[in-house]
Amino acid sequence: MALLQIAEPGQSAAPHQRKIGVGIDLGTTNSLVSTVKSGEANTLADEFGQHLLPSVVQYSKESVVVGSKALAASNTDPVNTIVSVKRFMGRSLKDVTAHWQNLPYQFKADSQNPIFQTAGGDVNPVQVSSQILSALKERAEASLADEITGAVITVPAYFDDAQRQGTKDAAQLAGINVLRLLNEPTAAAIAYGLDSKEEGVIGVYDLGGGTFDISVLRLNKGVFEVLATGGNSALGGDDFDHALVEYVIRELNLDIEIQKRYHRDLMNAAKQTKQNLTDADSSAFVVDLSDGQQLNLNITKDTFNQIIESLVASTIAACKRTLKDADVTIDEVNNIVMVGGSTRVPVVREKVAAFFNKTPLTSIDPDKVVAVGAGIQADILVGNNPDSDMLLLDVLPLSLGLETMGGLVEKIIPRNTTIPVAKAQEFTTFKDGQTAMMVHVLQGERELVDDCRSLAKFSLQGLPPMTAGAAHIRVTFQVDADGLLNVTAMEKSTGVQAEIQVKPSYGLEETEIMEMLKSSMQNAKQDMQARMHKEQQVEASRVLEAMYSALAEDGNELLSEAERKVIDDALNQLAQDAQNADTETIKKSIENVDQLTQDFAARRMDKSIQLALSGQSVDDI
Amino acid sequence: MNYFSLYNLPEQFEVDLDKLKQNYQTLQKMTHPDRFANASDQQKRLTMQKNAQVNDAYTVLKSPIARAEHLLQLRGLELASEQETVGNVEFLMQQMEWRESLEDANDVASLQLLAKQSDDDIQAQTQALSALLATQTDEDNKTAAEKLREMKFLFKFKSEIESKLDGLDA
Repeated sequence: MALLQIAEPGQSAAPHQRKIGVGIDLGTTNSLVSTVKSGEANTLADEFGQHLLPSVVQYSKESVVVGSKALAASNTDPVNTIVSVKRFMGRSLKDVTAHWQNLPYQFKADSQNPIFQTAGGDVNPVQVSSQILSALKERAEASLADEITGAVITVPAYFDDAQRQGTKDAAQLAGINVLRLLNEPTAAAIAYGLDSKEEGVIGVYDLGGGTFDISVLRLNKGVFEVLATGGNSALGGDDFDHALVEYVIRELNLDIEIQKRYHRDLMNAAKQTKQNLTDADSSAFVVDLSDGQQLNLNITKDTFNQIIESLVASTIAACKRTLKDADVTIDEVNNIVMVGGSTRVPVVREKVAAFFNKTPLTSIDPDKVVAVGAGIQADILVGNNPDSDMLLLDVLPLSLGLETMGGLVEKIIPRNTTIPVAKAQEFTTFKDGQTAMMVHVLQGERELVDDCRSLAKFSLQGLPPMTAGAAHIRVTFQVDADGLLNVTAMEKSTGVQAEIQVKPSYGLEETEIMEMLKSSMQNAKQDMQARMHKEQQVEASRVLEAMYSALAEDGNELLSEAERKVIDDALNQLAQDAQNADTETIKKSIENVDQLTQDFAARRMDKSIQLALSGQSVDDI
Repeated sequence: MNYFSLYNLPEQFEVDLDKLKQNYQTLQKMTHPDRFANASDQQKRLTMQKNAQVNDAYTVLKSPIARAEHLLQLRGLELASEQETVGNVEFLMQQMEWRESLEDANDVASLQLLAKQSDDDIQAQTQALSALLATQTDEDNKTAAEKLREMKFLFKFKSEIESKLDGLDA
């Protein structure tokens, strides 16, 4: 975690102490980083003036190369050059190979997770993504000539828990303090919403290379409330290319041999043709063959539109469903925002305009709009904009449920529930003396376990032995503002906190992350220790600062003398420890204060809520 | 947790929805994790729990069924985990009839007619429920719980009509 400066609540840091928050769009094809300078969010360019960083990483024995150089190598060195790694995040090897048959990579065979065997060693999707994030972090720090405090990283709204966790792990590995994971369409809405001081309902139509999202938001006095989100995590502009290649194969009667051999060239030609047809009425689809011959077919705009018609129609159907989920009619939608490179395709714009009965907004570059929105949010979260009214209320994109008898899924938290959210569910034992039980957590909308995504299986252990059905185990599912799940459990009659071992189905264990983090750090163990010590000291002074001001405000009113003394003693101890003690002691001392001040903190919060709702403004408290 | 007092609303079935919405925004601005991005871990934890309650309470107070259920729960009648089923034979007979008409309805017009009937019925039941909850007697609370069970049927029926309508639409 980065070191934070401390300012009195309500007081902004002095200008020269301005903290730097960046927004990162970690895209399938390209990635970007942005920040707010002089009140305006802009994406940052590399030393050659390029804003888009191709999301490509090449591993060789000597080095790791990220970006356009790596992209250039993807044809000549496909095995060691990882392209579009975002598709593999939080996925099992089985998922990956079932989805994409022609991948050029060498996957480690005995692993459940996809692990790329490269000239630079074995790497997983989290590590590959962390290289892209590191490159963006370096770019930002070089361009701003300062260290960044934290980052808001965007993810597709439709990303499930495993994919979100993977993204966050990658950031941790890159040494980035994640302020928030933000849904891409929500980020786009911020970029447009703050721009135009919009009020009312807006739809965000986000068609990227590999994913499609549609979100419906309500804007009211700076509050962005996501009403519903939907889409298809396996539909994007790449599918347009695919459909065009299929068409060319049929028209030219290409045999399987040619199809296989020229797969990459066919896809590239399709992409080029698609892009040409944005402005032209027709374009030649050309592939040079090694024998000097050439595949050449003229594609008109009308033909292309027909080829992709059903794909576009399926995005419109998703828009319709999502409007219904949001309980909003087409007429109530004030504006529709276009995000993602694939929304440049004219027929996409036409169909979206026709469905929503209004011209879509395209004034912000669809490639940059997500990063810009993330930058604005990051600036607010680091505390540069204390007067901002902006608040984002996002939703859980996919329902969370549990496996029940017969391989069925029982929904615990339905999709489109505003997050953070906590829901408890009670279980009981079915055998006498049972001391453990298995819980299987799933995400998705289908009824069968096999059709949903397995997030985690864990066992509740150390249950007190009782007769069957007597134990009441309360399992609490908590989803935080990043859309990440956390599970806790307790046996109610005895108060025994059951031990939970969450084993992510597809992803990395905390210990694996720590291992990677350690091995990725070139500095010695001492540096690590020094850094941790410093972090604890900073945390201690932060806790002290917060408690002193809290006590000054409410200490007399909300605490008895005895209670006050206990807290004062603990704070004095912490102040001493922060100066003199070792890391572990400071940590314990912070925990002690934390424990002893919990009730006080809760009382303060309730008091301020009561005051606010009884008509006083928040500032008066 | 009393959701009415969290939202500073009177503990009754009738809710001022504008006030609810307004207080929702105020509570969000006070408890959302984004407002505590730089706070201590303790504060983060505390506000996240509070914010989750704010969200859950809003969902509950918005919906007539969930609101009535919460109100009964505050009065000591737990419906969520109960095994009790609807005992009103007349009601069940009527439900069966309606289900048959839903099966027979295959065009938009007849489905819309059913939807209208179902809406009227829900409205009538909601009024009855409201009156029962207002008296606060044990007996009326029990009858209200019975009404609530019936209303769950009605809402389920309504959503089945809607999904059949959607199917025709597509």
